[in-house]
Amino acid sequence: MTFNPKHILGIKELTAEELIFILDTAESFKEINSREIKKVPTLRGKTIINLFFEASTRTRTSFEIAGKRLSADTVNIAAAASSVVKGETLEDTAKNIAAMHPDIIVMRHGASGACNYLAERLNCSVVNAGDGTHEHPSQALLDAFTIRQHKGRIDGLTVAIVGDITHSRVVRSNIYCLVKLGAKVRIAGPRTMLPPGLELLGCELCSNIEDAVRDADCVMMLRIQRERQGATLIPSVREYARFFGLNEERLKLAKPDAIVLHPGPMNRGVEISSAVADGPQNVILDQVENGVAVRMALLYLVAGGEKLQAD
Amino acid sequence: MKVLIKSGRVIDPANSIDEKLDILILDGKIAELAPNLDAGDTEVINAAGLLVTPGLIDMHVHLRDPGLEYKEDIITGTRAAAAGGVTSVACMPNTSPVNDNLAITQYIINKAKEQGSANVYPIGCITKGLKGEILSEMGTLKEGGCVAFSDDGLPVKDGEMMRRALEYASTFDAPIISHAEDLSLVAGGCMNEGPVSTELGLKGIPWVAEDATTARDIMLAELTGAKLHIAHVSTKGSVELVRQAKGRGVRLTCEAAPHHFILTDEAVRGYNTNAKMNPPLRSAADVAAVRAGLSNGTIDAIATDHAPHHYDEKNVEFAIAMNGVVGLETLLPLTLRLVGEKILSLSQAIALITCRPAGILGIDRGTLSVGAVADITLINPNKEWLVEPDKLLSKSKNTAFAGQLMRGCAMKTLLAGKEVYSKS
Repeated sequence: MTFNPKHILGIKELTAEELIFILDTAESFKEINSREIKKVPTLRGKTIINLFFEASTRTRTSFEIAGKRLSADTVNIAAAASSVVKGETLEDTAKNIAAMHPDIIVMRHGASGACNYLAERLNCSVVNAGDGTHEHPSQALLDAFTIRQHKGRIDGLTVAIVGDITHSRVVRSNIYCLVKLGAKVRIAGPRTMLPPGLELLGCELCSNIEDAVRDADCVMMLRIQRERQGATLIPSVREYARFFGLNEERLKLAKPDAIVLHPGPMNRGVEISSAVADGPQNVILDQVENGVAVRMALLYLVAGGEKLQAD
Repeated sequence: MKVLIKSGRVIDPANSIDEKLDILILDGKIAELAPNLDAGDTEVINAAGLLVTPGLIDMHVHLRDPGLEYKEDIITGTRAAAAGGVTSVACMPNTSPVNDNLAITQYIINKAKEQGSANVYPIGCITKGLKGEILSEMGTLKEGGCVAFSDDGLPVKDGEMMRRALEYASTFDAPIISHAEDLSLVAGGCMNEGPVSTELGLKGIPWVAEDATTARDIMLAELTGAKLHIAHVSTKGSVELVRQAKGRGVRLTCEAAPHHFILTDEAVRGYNTNAKMNPPLRSAADVAAVRAGLSNGTIDAIATDHAPHHYDEKNVEFAIAMNGVVGLETLLPLTLRLVGEKILSLSQAIALITCRPAGILGIDRGTLSVGAVADITLINPNKEWLVEPDKLLSKSKNTAFAGQLMRGCAMKTLLAGKEVYSKS
């Protein structure tokens, strides 16, 4: 098949076939990242703008390296405060950037739907690097890639995801992705962090972490934002760690060969103990490594894929 | 000046009339209703094939004048009303400055009289500055022409304040219109809480945010015996609370907005900011409950909550877009849709947008009784038309029904016997 989407806005819009195609494409890019000369000319002459309205180290760096290793010209804009504070609208900011003819805008924004908003208004491609609490497609793809790397498949696996589900874009994208690829997804978290109707997305809700983790093939822990403690969602990170943190004992409930994922940044001692985070089952740095290959694949496909070589 | 409306099907629910009659208008008032009146030398409006109803009344409108004229003003807002067949609107006080003093009330009334295309009945603030702290001078405002009091857009948070407001307003026999919402439960939400908000990653507003305050205000009305009207009822629970309270004899009325009985929160998909309003579009079960409430009489009026907003205020990320949609020009076809779907009889439907809101506000409009002011709407119930935002007469184009096919429209609108709108 060929697959050259104009935009990557979310996993929801993609089919299982397309997801596998992206993962397979990423597979072919992975090798470039371990060469001595880590660069191919594929996107030479293309301009990619990383437009980040929220702080990000991992995702922004990963997209930047992905673009550079494909020989694209990459520009990073930390738009967080500058033009927004001056009262410029998102549309105006984006149109000004678009006027400089980038081929792809990779955007992270605090508002759900912000990438859809941009895609409707600009001619260039838009890749969602995380919008509000909506989607984070490249994260879900790198998670799937990492699971496939370690388990050889995704179909038929049981994946537990634990944490603040309501405020997680990573979860939404992961549920779509994993369910489409045939995995069973179990979700757990304090009731204050579980949004209504989640099971309609095809996952199973568990009332505690133990039920979620039991006999799972993969356990994915989500970051608990410390600023949420003491508000209305959780009383303290201490209590959170006690009831929902992943420690060695809880991990024993999972299959012996289960892997542990975390999208980062981690709160050691809160959602994940250091023993687990550094333990033999963790694949957290593999996720980061694979992120580059997955993002190379996304940029390549959005820019035209096979048609690029034909030109 | 004489005008004769000939051969229309006259529907006047207040007088239980539904028959083919001619109406003679003399000096702006209804002089006679009878079959086959002799035209003589009078000007004749041929209404054959049309419905002839009292001019429609929309008791929940934001005209944005004074102060927010970039969204709407009294001239454009009443023009939009006339085009929608609406001859009377009650306008909410959250203008800039707000309508909590006689000067603003009089400004609205005078501008509407001089330049408007519809009757405008101001609604005064419950509390000064809509701040929820000090009662506004309701006696003076009522004398000056305010027909009701509301802090619409903002709930009266404090229970004691709402109690005293109901008591004080009842001194002057004025209804209090409650925007029932517990802001602590809204907690920054921007759409209905449910599977759609979960999917879109937008913070939800649970139904209990509306129902909790509806329940409180109903109980306060019960305690005080004052007249309470609940604005834009949108949830199953609130409809049920109103039904039970009426059963106990509480003096209580309520309204529903067309978007709340036509659309569900599915309309938000695609981050459509023209599907963002407060209260938000709810679930299919809520829509069904609102429809049932209209059908069984629990809900007393249909009112649009016409809330014009500038393009720039809607052309932004969903979470920061303004709440509200325009509604005056789609009130009639959306109400008639419930007739088409056999939820309301035609006479019930017309009553909900004429005599029943008139009764709630205590205004002498909404009927075709002999001697009444000749506010009359001629309706073609079958004419189909497409909602094209650019063609709306309202200054703002934020309709939730863009591109949708409507059935039914005003062909002519008469205000005190004078034509204020005629469909070309």
